[in-house]
This record gives sequence, structure tokens and C-alpha cells, in this order.
Amino acid sequence: MRDVAVVGFAQQQLPDFDGSPTCVEMLVPILAECYEQTGWTRRDVGFWCSGSSDYLAGRSFSFVQAVDAIGVTPPVNESHVEMDLAWAMYEAWIKIQTGEVDTALVYAFGKSSAGVLRRTLALQLDPYTMTPLWPDTVSLAGLQARAGIDAGVWDERAMAEVAQRSLTDAEQNEHSIRKGGSSVEELLARPMYADPLRKHDCAPVTDGVAALVLAAGDRAREVRDRPAWITGLSHFVDPSSLSNRDLTRSPSAADAAAAVDLTGVEVAELHAPFSHQELILRRELGLADDVRINPSGGALTSNPMFSGGGIRVGETARRIWSGEISKGVGHATSGAALQQNLLCVLDSSTGKDGL
Amino acid sequence: MTRTLSAPVTVAFDYTRSTGPVLGRFLTGLRDKVVVGGRTSAGEVVVPPLEYDPVTHEQTADFVEVADVGTVTSWTWVPEPVAGQPFGRPFAFALVTLDGATRPLFHAVDVASPDDISTGMRVRVRWAAERVGHINDIAAFEPLDRPGVEEVAQQPSRNPSTTEPVAGVVTPVSLDYIYAASPEESTFYRGLDEGRILGQRCPSCHKVYVPPRSACPTDGTPTEGEIELSGAGTITTFCIVNVPFLGQKIAPPYVSAYVLLDGADIALLHLILGVPADEVRMGMRVKAVWKPREEWAYSLENIDHFAPTDEPDADYDTYKRHL
Repeated sequence: MRDVAVVGFAQQQLPDFDGSPTCVEMLVPILAECYEQTGWTRRDVGFWCSGSSDYLAGRSFSFVQAVDAIGVTPPVNESHVEMDLAWAMYEAWIKIQTGEVDTALVYAFGKSSAGVLRRTLALQLDPYTMTPLWPDTVSLAGLQARAGIDAGVWDERAMAEVAQRSLTDAEQNEHSIRKGGSSVEELLARPMYADPLRKHDCAPVTDGVAALVLAAGDRAREVRDRPAWITGLSHFVDPSSLSNRDLTRSPSAADAAAAVDLTGVEVAELHAPFSHQELILRRELGLADDVRINPSGGALTSNPMFSGGGIRVGETARRIWSGEISKGVGHATSGAALQQNLLCVLDSSTGKDGL
Repeated sequence: MTRTLSAPVTVAFDYTRSTGPVLGRFLTGLRDKVVVGGRTSAGEVVVPPLEYDPVTHEQTADFVEVADVGTVTSWTWVPEPVAGQPFGRPFAFALVTLDGATRPLFHAVDVASPDDISTGMRVRVRWAAERVGHINDIAAFEPLDRPGVEEVAQQPSRNPSTTEPVAGVVTPVSLDYIYAASPEESTFYRGLDEGRILGQRCPSCHKVYVPPRSACPTDGTPTEGEIELSGAGTITTFCIVNVPFLGQKIAPPYVSAYVLLDGADIALLHLILGVPADEVRMGMRVKAVWKPREEWAYSLENIDHFAPTDEPDADYDTYKRHL
């Protein structure tokens, strides 16, 4: 396997972006930020991959329009996934592993506020027995939260503790669109929204874009003194049928964790759009008590569709570049109620060079 | 003035799907007021039946009729229903394990407040009066301790008109958006509302885009400035539309053409009128014919069409780089 590192990361997040859902306007500055971080021009990028969905944009071929932000003369090697940035990164990592390219820039965009996000996402469910009922994302999360509460796996206090820590940490994150901790008691005193969920248990609807830059071997060392080497990358999927899942568990997250080495992880950025989902992930990943969870504030404080997962990877990489940590894990989820889970383990050492 | 223009957009499509034998069996059952589950190799009775066994991957063939009464195993309150959900007022979504099944079915429960539902509560199916072989044939679940009510039929016929197995379902999907134009597109449409055609130039390659774009697709650089174009241009290529289609506004034959406005580097697609279709040609000089001012809006349709001018045809060399 080739050593590949995350060497660039940029993001922008807003509660309600007033521009075009093609998001070219937001992508141009964050691509410029990636060029500045790497010292590259767009011609140094061997492969491009984007993540987005026309269902979010409300128009066809929004990802083609977004390619304007790259500039395509001379022609570029480009791909697209209708998935989160983290999966675009996965494709780019494989592309680099093939040896065809040494560098990649992946980006994602989504204007969630253009439609009714929790309703639009019902289209990713079974089209025969689920979508016609329009099960919104918040309701599905509510069923999952209740299942755990009833089973005694977690309680409302544990959920509020997740929200309290996230809102407090988000104060240090200029990109978070919801921030400001108070106390667990104060959060628990707030009214129910989608019983058993309070509003702070649910990620805010967020518009945004993000980009990650990958480079192999010496190309990565040229960019960063401490590249964030990808030492593990795994992705598993649970069945789509809610009927046949134990919603209090996430076997796909456990499988993803079993496929990588989480020993010594100092920070885990978990893509948990609902407070109780962080509790599920912590259990499935078997994270030790001293692992710092979501120091960025996490998805509970800002969750742009199609980049919310990749941002977890970027936030982890940033802490390795700065020397704050030596090893961390970024997690991304997709689908209903933690159906799909991806883990990206980042390390200041490739594990091969004795560093 | 807002930074950008925006307008409501609805994207809608009726998805028509074949069911296959497993879901067809389930939906046929619903039409006939019977809930059908499928037994897996692990002995679970799953509702709706899984098309393929999660362990052996064999197609489900062991169908089990289960009761239309069951137990709530999880529920959530829906305080602000979205369009298309079973109720337009607050209600509960729940997982209901029907008697005879081991795995729950997702559906709505008709209760007035979250105080009226709890895990473990017994509920029964309330059948829709009109049943066609669709998940909505279950109108909702209702508490078992409440007197049963069948949905009131909108139409007099209450019985399925066929006994044929259900082979397909139609699910209308309609999504509402507020679609915003980019700042550059907004400039373009605001210009049209004033009878002006505005473009912008790429600062790197100096190409002029009409409409302007958030970034030059050649360079990835945001376009700049404001360049007003006259409305005179050259047809670079065209097609004669002979085929009628739904929503067509003009009787065929008519001509759609790429018009390269003088000073622009990207052609606009527009309608050519005022000349017999078979006389339209590449290089033909045309000019914008605007609708009456009172009909103007933020739309390219403010230009009714392009019509020929008396000028001689443009030299091929003047537009060959724009084909």
C-alpha cells in the first residue's frame, strides 16, 4: 500500500446560504484556501472527486455546474459520488493506491436549506414501504433514541451531556452554527420537540462546503512537516430495512472499527447528527474514556449535508498537523439512523518509518 | 434589495415501480386487509417481508399471515408533520410488532398527544377505505382500547376491483424548494427586468460569459465587472424543431439557435422567428426582439425571440472558435 496523507482542509458553513445551490460561489474560496495551504495550483491536483446530490439542490446536474469552481482547461481527471465528502475521499484514496495519481482534491457541497431537509432524506429509504410514508430524519432518530432509552442503554441525561459538551466545544469553532453551552440541567429543562428528542439533540440544518487534499509519500512531506497519514480506512453498511435492525446498535460501525487499529487514538471526531448516535458510536468503536470526542463541537453544532462527515476527517487531520495529537480517527455516517459508517484513522507516523 | 433573486420551485414525479414476488405478496395482502410477513432462515418473522434472506441470500418464499393487532416497540412524536406524511397534524411514528411477527413494522399511530402513546401499548391497523396494494392501505395504527373506525371512503366503491396479485406501485414524489440564483445570475436577471443584457468577463482568460457565472469554467476564476451587450448577434448553429412535445408553446416547425451576442464568448440558446425555418443559416445576423415592457419579468423570456437583420452574414472566421 502507498502511504497517503491528508494535507489540506477547508470548510465553510452557514445556517442559510442565500446563493445558488450549485455552491460554486462557496467552493471557489475554499479551493483557493487549499491551494494556499499546499502551495499548489489546480494543475498539481491529479484527481478530483466531489460529493453532492441533486435532490438537495432541487436541480439537475448541480455537480456538473460545480466543476466550474475547478476550471477544466486543460481537462481534469474528475469523478463524483452521491455521498458525503468522506466517501469522495475514499474514492480518491483508492485512485492514489492504483498508482495512477499522487495527489487528489476532494470537495463536497450542499444547500440543505433549499428544501425541507428532513423530508428530502426520506427518498433514501425503501421506496415501496417507507418513502410513501415520508419518514423524516428526525422521526427515525427519535425511534432510535427511544429504543435505547427503553432498553436502558442510555438515558436523556446522557444525551444532554453529549449536547452540553458539544455546544461548549463549539464556542472555539468559528464554523459551528450552533454554540453556547449552559448546563445539563438547563438542557433537560428545555421542552421536548420530537419526543424523546429536544432540539439540541438534533443537528441544525446547515448549508456548506468542504474540501480535503490528499497526497502520497514525498508529495505529502513537501506540503506538511507532520502530514496526517491515513493508516486505516474502512467502511461497512447495515441493512436498509429498519425492521431487521437493532436500532440501539450499529454493527457496521463495529465492523469498521474491527478493520482498523484504534489503539492510542487521542481524538475521535464522530459524525453523529443526533446526540444518542454519539453514544452508539462510542460503544461500537470501543473508545477508551480518555479519548477526546468531537473537540470541534461535532455534527450536533453544524452538519452540512455531504460535507459533515468529511469535516470530521479534516478536523482530526488539523490536530495532527499542529502537533496537538499524534493519532486520531475521523468518522462519517450516511443513510438512515447510522446505517453506513466509515472510519479514517490518521497518524503522524506512517507506521513504517520508525518516526 | 436582496443579494440574490429566488423563487419557489417544485420538482415532482410519479415513480412507477414493479414489485416483484415478495413485496407484491405483501402489498396484495394489504389490499385484501391481510398483513403478510416473511420468515427468515434464522426464524424471524419480518414485516414487511425481506426480499432476500439476510444470511442465506435466498429469495424469501416462506410467507406468514400475521395479525393486524400488535405492540408498540418504539415511537416518536412528530410535532411538525411534513407534506405527504399520514397526517397533516401532529401524530406519532412507531415501530409496531404485530402478533405473529418477531420484527416491527414502521408506520403512523393516530393519537392526539405524546401522552396518549407509550412503548408496550397495544394497537391495531386502521385500514384505508380505498385499498390498491400500497403501504398507505394501512391508514394508520390506532390504540386497541379505542372503538375501531374504518377510514371513510372518498369514493363509493369499497371493494378491490380485482383479485389479481399486485405487480406495481405508483408513488408520487413532490419536492418543494426555494431556488436561489447566484449573485451573478441575479445581476443577469435584474438586467433583463430593465431591458438590458449583462455579462461578465473572466479576469484570467478574458472570455465574456452571458449569463455570467460564479466562476469561469476554463479557469475556475470568478467572473468580474459588468458588460452590457447590445442584443445583436450571430447564429452559430441551430436546429429546426419538427417534433411536437408536451408543453410546447409554438407550433412546429420552428428554429432554436445558438446566438453569439456581439462581444460575448458563449452563445445563448433562443428562438428564431421572422424568417422561414428553411432560410435560417449559420452566420445569419440577428437581433433581440423584446416583449412589450409591461410583460417584463426576471426572465430571459423578456426577449420574445431573435429576428434577422438586414446585415450580410458574418464571416465564418468571426465565430468559428465558438462552435
